[in-house]
Amino acid sequence: MKTFWSFVKKESLHILRDPKTLFILLGMPLAQILIFGFALTNEVKNSKLIVVDQSKDAESITLIQKIDASKYFDIHFAEVDPNKIDQLFKASKAKIALIISSGFSGQLLHSHSTSVQIICDASDPNTATAQSNYLSAIIGDYQKSLLSRGSLPMTIKPEVRMLYNPQLKGVYNFVPGVMAMILLLICTLMTSVSIVKEKELGTMEVLLTSPLRPALIIAGKVIPYLVLSMGNISTILLLSYFVFDMPVQGSILLLYFCSFIFILTALILGVLISTITDSQMTAMFISMVGMFLPTIMLSGFMFPIENMPKPLQFVSNIVPAKYYYIMVKNVMIKGLGFAGIYKELAKLFLLMSFFLIMSIRKFKIRLA
Amino acid sequence: MKQNSIEVKDLTKKFGDFVAVDHISFQVQQGEIFGFLGANGAGKTTAMKMLCGLSFPSSGSAKVVGFDVYKEVDLIKKNIGYMSQKFSLYEDLTIAENIKFYGGIYGLSLSEIQIRKNNLLHKLQLSHQEKTLVRELPWGWKQKLSFSVSMLHNPKIVFLDEPTGGVDPVTRREFWELIYEAAAEDTTIFVTTHYMDEAEYCDRISIMVDGSIRELDSPTQMKQRYQCQSMDDVFLLLARDARRNGD
Amino acid sequence: MKMLRFLLEKEFHQIRRNPAILRMMFIMPIIQLIVLPFAANYEVKDVKLVIVDNDHSSLSRESIQTITASGYFQLVKMASSYNEALGWIESDEADLILEFPNKAEEMLIREDQISIYLAVNAINGMKANIGASYLQQILSKINANVREQWITLPRYLPEPIIEVKKSFWYNRFMDYKLFMVPGILTLLLTMIGSFLASLNIVREKEIGTIEQINVTPIPKGIFIAGKLIPFWLMSQIVLGLGLLVARVIYGIESWPVLAWIYLFNSIYMLAILGLGLFISTITANQQQAVLVSFFFMMVFILMSGLYTSIDAMPYWARLVTMFNPVSYYVELMRMLIIKRSGLHDILPFLWIMILFAIFTLSIAVLNYKKRV
Repeated sequence: MKTFWSFVKKESLHILRDPKTLFILLGMPLAQILIFGFALTNEVKNSKLIVVDQSKDAESITLIQKIDASKYFDIHFAEVDPNKIDQLFKASKAKIALIISSGFSGQLLHSHSTSVQIICDASDPNTATAQSNYLSAIIGDYQKSLLSRGSLPMTIKPEVRMLYNPQLKGVYNFVPGVMAMILLLICTLMTSVSIVKEKELGTMEVLLTSPLRPALIIAGKVIPYLVLSMGNISTILLLSYFVFDMPVQGSILLLYFCSFIFILTALILGVLISTITDSQMTAMFISMVGMFLPTIMLSGFMFPIENMPKPLQFVSNIVPAKYYYIMVKNVMIKGLGFAGIYKELAKLFLLMSFFLIMSIRKFKIRLA
Repeated sequence: MKQNSIEVKDLTKKFGDFVAVDHISFQVQQGEIFGFLGANGAGKTTAMKMLCGLSFPSSGSAKVVGFDVYKEVDLIKKNIGYMSQKFSLYEDLTIAENIKFYGGIYGLSLSEIQIRKNNLLHKLQLSHQEKTLVRELPWGWKQKLSFSVSMLHNPKIVFLDEPTGGVDPVTRREFWELIYEAAAEDTTIFVTTHYMDEAEYCDRISIMVDGSIRELDSPTQMKQRYQCQSMDDVFLLLARDARRNGD
Repeated sequence: MKMLRFLLEKEFHQIRRNPAILRMMFIMPIIQLIVLPFAANYEVKDVKLVIVDNDHSSLSRESIQTITASGYFQLVKMASSYNEALGWIESDEADLILEFPNKAEEMLIREDQISIYLAVNAINGMKANIGASYLQQILSKINANVREQWITLPRYLPEPIIEVKKSFWYNRFMDYKLFMVPGILTLLLTMIGSFLASLNIVREKEIGTIEQINVTPIPKGIFIAGKLIPFWLMSQIVLGLGLLVARVIYGIESWPVLAWIYLFNSIYMLAILGLGLFISTITANQQQAVLVSFFFMMVFILMSGLYTSIDAMPYWARLVTMFNPVSYYVELMRMLIIKRSGLHDILPFLWIMILFAIFTLSIAVLNYKKRV
């Protein structure tokens, strides 16, 4: 056991002696959480709007003012020939257009009914849907405000409460998501590369002939990164508390435990990759190019998993970041206890065991 | 009187406060085999890198093949060969591909490359293995090949940084035969080594200690002066009080 | 120029000798391109709803029926209390709670106004917003029906109605794959290019061959060009394969704008490879290089406008995306493939990308020092 710890010490020194890499490893997650925490949001707002007002009467002008005042739209073009909308869309200068035809207020006053037209650039359908919904909602509000002059009888008033995230901040979704992603990719990358590097240099054979058992050698490589990543978790949590005003609602101990299991899973995945590759470049390619987009898209923080086709939902089960994202969300934001995450924890544990068994098998085949 | 192919005066390299090479001065004649000795960390490689145009001197002057190391580095590079401490050929290319590549970037024509390649392979007895990946050659062969490739463009000087490290005695012998051959054709050889028996093969040697040249003479004279049996003893005597050690 | 030929020959031999990378370079993007676009469905449908009906009146029953019949909601559960309903939200089995207060119908008749409570899981802002706004729209329709049926006013209500007609251009069927497939292709091209380029020179540093190159008279520009051209060519092949996959699997036709896509990609890849080679010159080993390029990729990809809207970002972040080459490529693909924009529309993008390419290639060449 003493040889083992001296080996761990040697591996840790390797990491500490390379201050540039260490700086990147510790600084990068912080920088990314900061950038994405502030920059990313799932909301669709400040959309560039074209307004074609052919009516130009008191009512239409009030409506336009109302739209311009909302956070969802910025009027970029007014007084535009409707035939030019296509051009503006094609040059991506605007994404949505509102056309109010002439006689808006006249029709509203006399026949109590009029219509407006919304045209969306639907090349990005997700955004187009959201934009058109927001615009109709604003128009609907305006319609109601016309009424309140003489309020209507029998009003059913919906009172909406936004749970967990009343200001609809993007951080609540992106901190857990980005955290899961960075930790997974960096841990996988670092272990796979540091093991394969020894193979490339030929020093792996030296290690394998040492009295240390192969499992301990691998453990020795993994432990320093485990410690490093737990440090990363702490700084990220401090950052979310002090900068994003996002305290851990649930048990912090539980959060650390989940993180521990998740990081271990990522590190073992790294070991698995190292057993099937011979060069650093290949290992990096698999753990970066191979895992980057699948992790973004299948972990659930960008796109809801329940919307995906069944086969893809199935595939998402082998993305470790999915479970971690759910657990962080539940413990950190919703404040749930063990009962709220045990399912994810169990599945993650299963996944980890699977990776572990696979790497042991691959490793044995190599040695044989 | 032969002309000098290397002239160094007060050449110095500092890394921050650390003076890696401290005002060294020496001359090397055309066609000479010049041994550049010193313990690990004495500053040999740093000095050599300045002469090859891989590193800027902090102060002092140096001329290599008559060209200034500050201003005429491109002319120097055309006229020198270099074999670095690390292995300098591409392991994932074949012998022939390596030769073609290095010949090409020194501006040799295809037909010339062809001729020199055949000579080289013949001399090294590798004619039937030109399609072998360099990775698959034994270490000693790699070093011999590496030296021959660095001589491919007929440089006036060739710099060798510990070329025979980890090579077996027989192959080292063969390696030195290649060196003699090159020197006989009037190529200057500038070589660093840890093997004191090799130092005896040199026309003149310098011994660096802590960044400066402590001694510079022919091996015979040096042994006489210190009344030692072998260069090994001379070296131990001089390097004993070195303050710097290790890489 | 003759030197370049030998450099290229050498690079191609080395690429050829590494079949693992070569295979991955072509197979990985293809697989991801086939699988991943299906995941990108953000259409908010089947919002999972829990209803707490404390009223049990005809009003609540009819409302529930209208809501479930609307097609937007999936009624997961009728909960007996708000707290029970909250449990469903906590376990992610529901997104939205609708609560009818006790004696709602009675109060509506007596006090002429009632409140109905909606609670939304707002961790994901977009889903919350859209789900809630659907429900509000339906509730206001229910409200209108209620008035029409229950109030014995003249049939003709003095309620002004603004009818909203929506049309969705360029993509009538709202097919998100049309947008996602080219988008993912650009991300893959960017990742492969920047990873391979950033590993390339630094790899020679690690092995030691870079010193041997540095003592040769080879000019820096030619050396960088020799590193760049092979990857540049391969990216064009990957692009072609990707567009073929888009055509065969997703029926996305890019033939009419193929020339423009290739023109842009040619310049774009110079910019990306230049950045990769720059990373290669500032790092000491492959590990560092891949970490730095991972950082850039995270920022470039998450802020590309493919996954989240750029317009919705704060001002400073929008400024940052102006320096994000990927955001231009994603937008350009959208313009060319879906909207069939013309050269006139994409011209500004081309100019910007030329500036990018000049910039990254210059810093790569300038920062590559043959002498330290």
